[in-house]
Amino acid sequence: MTDKNEFDTLSRRGFLKASVAAAAVGAAPMFFMNNANAYTNAPKGGTFTLGFNVPQTGAYADEGADELRAFKLAVKHINGEGDGGMMNTMKPIVLKGNGVLGKKAVFVTGDTQTKSDAARASAKRMIEKDGALMISGGSSSGVAIAVQGLCQEAGVIFMAGLTHSNDTTGKDKRRYGFRHFFNAKMTGSALGPVLKEEMGTDRVAYHLTSDYTWGWTQEESIKETTEGLGWKTKATVRTPVGAGDFSQYITPILNSGADTLILNHYGKDMVNSLTQSVQFGLRDKMVNGKQFEIIVPLYSRLMAQGAGDNLKGILGTTNWNWALKDAGSKAFVKSFGAEYGFPPSQAAHTCYVQTLLYANACEMAGTFDPSQVIRSLEGFKFDGMGNGETEYRAEDHQCLKDVLVVRGNQNPSNQFDLLEIVKEVPRSQVEYDPAIFGGKLGPYKV
Amino acid sequence: MIKSILEKFSLEKNSSVMLVFAAVVLSAPIWLTPFGANYPDLLQKFAIFGIFAIGFNILFGLTGYLSFGHAVFLGVGSYTAVWVFKLFTMNVLPAVMLSVAIAAVFALLIGYISLRRSGIYFSILTLALAQMSYNLAYSVLTPITSGETGLQLSSEDPRYIDSLLGAGVQEGLPATNFFGMSMSGYSGFYFCAIFLILAFYISLKIFRSPYGLKLIAIKSNQKRMLYTGFNTRPYLLSAFVISGMFAGLAGGLMAATDPLAGAERMQWTASGEVVLMTILGGSGTLIGPLLGVGVIKYFENIFSALNETSLREIFNFLPDVVADFLVSITHVFVGEGWHLTLGILFMLVVIFLPGGIMQGVGIFTRYYKKKMTELKSERSVEKGKSQ
Repeated sequence: MTDKNEFDTLSRRGFLKASVAAAAVGAAPMFFMNNANAYTNAPKGGTFTLGFNVPQTGAYADEGADELRAFKLAVKHINGEGDGGMMNTMKPIVLKGNGVLGKKAVFVTGDTQTKSDAARASAKRMIEKDGALMISGGSSSGVAIAVQGLCQEAGVIFMAGLTHSNDTTGKDKRRYGFRHFFNAKMTGSALGPVLKEEMGTDRVAYHLTSDYTWGWTQEESIKETTEGLGWKTKATVRTPVGAGDFSQYITPILNSGADTLILNHYGKDMVNSLTQSVQFGLRDKMVNGKQFEIIVPLYSRLMAQGAGDNLKGILGTTNWNWALKDAGSKAFVKSFGAEYGFPPSQAAHTCYVQTLLYANACEMAGTFDPSQVIRSLEGFKFDGMGNGETEYRAEDHQCLKDVLVVRGNQNPSNQFDLLEIVKEVPRSQVEYDPAIFGGKLGPYKV
Repeated sequence: MIKSILEKFSLEKNSSVMLVFAAVVLSAPIWLTPFGANYPDLLQKFAIFGIFAIGFNILFGLTGYLSFGHAVFLGVGSYTAVWVFKLFTMNVLPAVMLSVAIAAVFALLIGYISLRRSGIYFSILTLALAQMSYNLAYSVLTPITSGETGLQLSSEDPRYIDSLLGAGVQEGLPATNFFGMSMSGYSGFYFCAIFLILAFYISLKIFRSPYGLKLIAIKSNQKRMLYTGFNTRPYLLSAFVISGMFAGLAGGLMAATDPLAGAERMQWTASGEVVLMTILGGSGTLIGPLLGVGVIKYFENIFSALNETSLREIFNFLPDVVADFLVSITHVFVGEGWHLTLGILFMLVVIFLPGGIMQGVGIFTRYYKKKMTELKSERSVEKGKSQ
């Protein structure tokens, strides 16, 4: 019976409430809809917004913190503050140090937590709420690929930051995504000859691999290289990201008959797995009549700082190092050092350069419209940003440049002088056919 | 006339509650504007996690069984939905329905095993099973879940139903839709909001039914229930499955608004988050879990984005010295320090308001009512005097 009464009252009040609700529903989109712009987040007023999405917590937090420093420096230089850094060495450059197209750069930040979900939520916030025109940053290929996909859908340019997986500009490449960093394939090509020279052609390798896209592709590329040299692969073991304790993975190596350990780890994972490998006495062992060796294909100075003495003498590759002597690197190290009191990492370099390149591309295109900016970035050739002559390849948006083979410094002269450059492998030696990884870039207009 | 409407209006009635609730949810884009939370992604998150927490509250709030593995169903729902997108169609309806169904199957399995024990043992069992599922998704089942990278759409997906219906091959990835309505932006929020209202209605019905009463009886004294001849197991299992289905729905909607599923959605931290939300808001209350969701998601998305520059803007009306001082103190609590702020808030709530935010609301309304009656009686006394 009471039910009936309820429905009696419902009809009257229902009308009132429903009309309020309907009005709210109807009004909301008009309230918040952007003006019908030709592209997402066209800048209004005297500023344009960049979104810096970096890991502030988790296994890659050190890299994230350094990336953020570099982003802030880049924004300063674009707006004509500070000493200008690489704005003085980059060529060709159309930036004048007064912002871009007469607008000043401003930025918003977010925490990716090194998780795809959190990274996408944070990127969405920047795009939907803060009106970011470009998203950059990230220290994990898994995150980079997830955010790159989102940016393609949203029609916002993504400058990928620190991501080394072949997939980022391979099978998961996107029209709106660009990568300045090198990739696992290039690491393999650069490292191969050095490995042959130093360790010969008769070795048995054992891989420990971070269990996600970057680890998988690096393992694949390094395996391809070493097997090309004549090495055998004993086993490839996948380890979860952020495992902390790697002892259960290291013990089996001792009696596996392998004489080389390849650590496809990065960030804190690599610091932990390397430290524990050394503690387990791997480096003091003689196997098959050869000294046991450890290789860390992807290196960074921040990791070297964490791993300390354990890293001495270990080979790897890196995108860029602050000890490089070209004018661009020197200018960047100088202004970064003046700002923060220590030299930048390769992650910082990548993010700094990408921000300048994006700004420069907008200025070149004469608009912030991403479909035009993409066209001016595609195939863009430049110099004076470290790593010599560099090109953003149009076919897959991968940056092509020289790669550094480095070794943990035996006698560091100071706390930052941790990597010794073994070889600057020229671009021609690491180039590859963009078609081998498949994938499609997708449309210019979304 | 308005007076008569107001008199008949009472929160005891389901229809009144639903109307108020629907109005509040649907107008969220308007009243959340001053908080800086009126962008589609966060609104969608509010609605989706609202469903998740409402479902969790049916189990925890009514029966008192604390499940520490509810995120499994969220993850299962997401994986199911993305697979439906990949294999069949980009329309979200089949995906959402199927994710609820598959989550129900998982809930039945996990519930059947864990409900053999109660109390802390039940919590540990659910936690163990959840961790197992997470590790399966993370590494063993990589072909199905694609591990750490997360399951994503690809342009080579078959999408059998879509291709049968003759959806032309387009450049780039197709977007999820509800019969042509886009699932991103505000339309995506309203789609989730409808489900939230529906979920709330079901929860309201359960709370105010004999079935709900039995669940509460289990919470207050299960032994006594057993002695009076009630078999509590079916009630517990059904409550577990219902709350699992809510979680599956939330997972499906998550994938519908953002077609990506990752294993981290199933991690124990995600399970812990929904426990936090429910306790923070007030477990066992209808609205509490939603308040908890609001607070936690707001902190996660808005507080974590504040940095020194934005703080400086907030304080720039003050003299420089004072502003610098305030910024140096507050910046510890925002940005990457948002967990710290949330932790402090959680501690304060648990210590001073063990019943969650809803207890605080209760205390306030009781105080207000008392004041009102005092005022009324004072007035009537005055009236008496004057007469």
